[in-house]
Amino acid sequence: MTTMPNIDRRSFLASSAALAGSAAAGLALGFHVPFADGASAAEAAPEVNAWVVIKPDDSVVIRIARSEMGQGSLTGLAQLVAEELECDWSKVSTEYPTPGQNIARNRVWKNFSTGGSRGIRESQDYVRKGGAAARIMLIQAAAGEWNVPVSECSAANSVITHQPSGRTVTFGKVAAKAATLEAPNDVPLKDPKDWKIIGKSVKRLDTADKVTGKQVYGADLTFPGMLSAAIRDCPVFGGRIKSFDAAKVETMRGVRHVVKVGDSAVAVVADTWWQAKTALDALPITWDEGANAEVSSDTIAAMLREGLDAKEAFVGNENGDVRAAIAGAAKTVEAVYSYPFQNHACMEPMNATARWTADRCEVWAPTQNGEAALAATAEAAGLPVAKCEVYKVHLGGGFGRRAMTDYVRQAVAIAKEMPDVWVKLLWSREEDMLHGRYHPVTQAKMVGALDASGNLTGLHMRISGQSIIAAVFPQNLVNGKDPVTFQGLNPTGAESTFGYTVPNLLIDHAMRNTHVPPGFWRGVNINQNCIYVECFMDELAHAAGQDPLAFRRKLMASHPKHLAVLDAVAARAEWDKPAPTGIHRGLAQIMGFGSYVAAVAEISINDKGRVKIHRIVAATDPGYAVNPDQISCQVEGSFVYGLSALLYQECTVKGGRIEQENFDTYNVLRIDEMPKVESVIVPSGGFWGGVGEPTIAVAAPAVLNAIFAATGKRIRSFPLTHHDLKSA
Amino acid sequence: MTRLTVNGAQHDVDADPDTPLLWVLRETVGLTGTKYGCGIAQCGACTVHIDGQAVRSCSLPLSAVAGKQIVTIEGLAKGDGLHPVQKTWLAMDVPQCGYCQSGMIMAVAALLREKPKPTDADIDAAITNICRCGTFQRVRAAIHATADA
Repeated sequence: MTTMPNIDRRSFLASSAALAGSAAAGLALGFHVPFADGASAAEAAPEVNAWVVIKPDDSVVIRIARSEMGQGSLTGLAQLVAEELECDWSKVSTEYPTPGQNIARNRVWKNFSTGGSRGIRESQDYVRKGGAAARIMLIQAAAGEWNVPVSECSAANSVITHQPSGRTVTFGKVAAKAATLEAPNDVPLKDPKDWKIIGKSVKRLDTADKVTGKQVYGADLTFPGMLSAAIRDCPVFGGRIKSFDAAKVETMRGVRHVVKVGDSAVAVVADTWWQAKTALDALPITWDEGANAEVSSDTIAAMLREGLDAKEAFVGNENGDVRAAIAGAAKTVEAVYSYPFQNHACMEPMNATARWTADRCEVWAPTQNGEAALAATAEAAGLPVAKCEVYKVHLGGGFGRRAMTDYVRQAVAIAKEMPDVWVKLLWSREEDMLHGRYHPVTQAKMVGALDASGNLTGLHMRISGQSIIAAVFPQNLVNGKDPVTFQGLNPTGAESTFGYTVPNLLIDHAMRNTHVPPGFWRGVNINQNCIYVECFMDELAHAAGQDPLAFRRKLMASHPKHLAVLDAVAARAEWDKPAPTGIHRGLAQIMGFGSYVAAVAEISINDKGRVKIHRIVAATDPGYAVNPDQISCQVEGSFVYGLSALLYQECTVKGGRIEQENFDTYNVLRIDEMPKVESVIVPSGGFWGGVGEPTIAVAAPAVLNAIFAATGKRIRSFPLTHHDLKSA
Repeated sequence: MTRLTVNGAQHDVDADPDTPLLWVLRETVGLTGTKYGCGIAQCGACTVHIDGQAVRSCSLPLSAVAGKQIVTIEGLAKGDGLHPVQKTWLAMDVPQCGYCQSGMIMAVAALLREKPKPTDADIDAAITNICRCGTFQRVRAAIHATADA
């Protein structure tokens, strides 16, 4: 539990005080700096435990280890703590502990990593226990002051009541005493039926500053004497800098320094970022592009095509004898699909602000993984972790991109060249587009076997393409296999199981990696896997002459939760009744990130072949729904992310580099194309699933299946802009 | 020196006249509520009002705005309160990450000044800002709610 040895607390408070220098700079900007209040008034604002600080005025500060990037888990996590704490929700605010403090306190806040829709589902147990332990200690403190048995006291709405006498005291009055007590060993949690805050659509805690421009993002940070840096990394991945002519720009206005960053990048540091960027644009740079300059989208596609029939492949899910089933089928169906590279394109380009001195390095950064950012800082700084610190700020979008630390390393490397000076590194949109960690590129060959009655007797899904894990966490490969490739296709497990029972099944992966670096792109591998499976299920249903819903339902009897969300959207969309004239429907389902999701899309196509997506009905079963309104926000936004990808987005490779450099060639769905999304939340209880990502996966296949219903055309490569949908 | 009027206050700015207004606001005037997203007037994160019109400040040089009335997100509300659009945004929890919302709110405020009761078609035509979190459904609902308030 959250027991904290006294020695740890002392060192924590001491190091908190040491933060005052950085904190003062932040406070001057008028935004809340983690621990600034606690450090200056540690005695007056006692930390009851690592998760809960209660001030004498009864205000409650809940510590949030995971990053907030728009997904709303800052609010959801606070709800979990507040539920067990029994505090007054209107008095709750939040703060980020720092990764350095986490290490100094033996990782009391556990994992900071914010990806894979894990923020709530993987920390729900210990953050609720953190709230419960604090409540127990507060009650114990009050009972001690009243000299009454703890069992006669209870807490609600930040007030402790001694039931027999009716005496009351607020949390703020006993928090200092509670902070001195031993943490309890036995911390029972509430029965979900007794929840009062979990499950409520309380308002987000972080909205007010986002409507007034006061919210400070990484790109907005300012420190006394701070300089700004613009950077250009070799546009061909793996290339290097041959030379650059700093003298050509050193006399330009505001320019302070031209810095080589690693082997492949150069940065200009100037008084303002605009000056830095202007000078960087004028800087003559010669690249050594290396062998990767020969690579193109075509050569990559050819490499992946070879993998579709390669002998060697990693098996992700297998039962029966699929080859025999295909050989003995009354009818076989075969199709090859492909999925392109895509950039996360967070609205706030990558950035980090660093100050390096001989014995300390500090970084302020929007990061999805504070601890990884700290490790990267220490490595780039050439200093021990204990002499480094990372301060997190809210992210202007993350989507998986900010799980990486490349931009943090760059900022530290530049700052190291200019000791004692704050340097803010901000990427241009072009740099952001050219140096993404792209959605992996894959192809899939699907072969289905149908018997004479149109039953699916065999399915072989061969994936060929990139492994994210091989590039990002090679230590997590299992005998060379990337288990994450099979997201949504697994035979068992609470994370992402395949929703169909097929008597003879083989899903395997021929790993074919490219020089273009892949990353965790919101939704990760279920994005393409759901297209491959759900569009092919439609193909099979069509070949069998069956309704797509009925065909699926026959295969889903052993997967009741998958089936329940599919049935929920079918019922809401009235699948059993004909669509209005001119409207065509498609559906899709998948399990991912611990949740079950399904969607029905309703579209029309005009005589110019333009798709209009009118309505989406989307169901989510996340087990427990912590904040239904915020789940709906994630579902609505997931369709924008997923449909932008389907309609427009592709990063193509020419001469070893990405061709799309800005939103003029990497388009995004806007409000005029936003369908009406009806979010149906069907929490079945008993488990905790993520909601930030799974719905993205069903967006594209539901629409693609509707496009087939409208046109009879199967789209098997993306984006849609490649295809003419005018009726034949 | 270029004299600018930003949120009613005068600023004498010493910056290259080619500098985009966005960067003058952010780095010289010190108002960071206006955001950089693309630099080519595609995304709208940098939207401000110039003489009452919504303008993408990333592609407008300083030399073009001398003497004009510039309003940023920080100056949208009169006094200490919130502008009606900000009130609705807050009440309906429109922002997710929030990074694009300064520009979104400025674009919406300009639309509502021109068309106090916009139709969906008006909204589609006027609001072309990019939001990667995908808040559009709430943006539309909040525009109508503001108009009906």
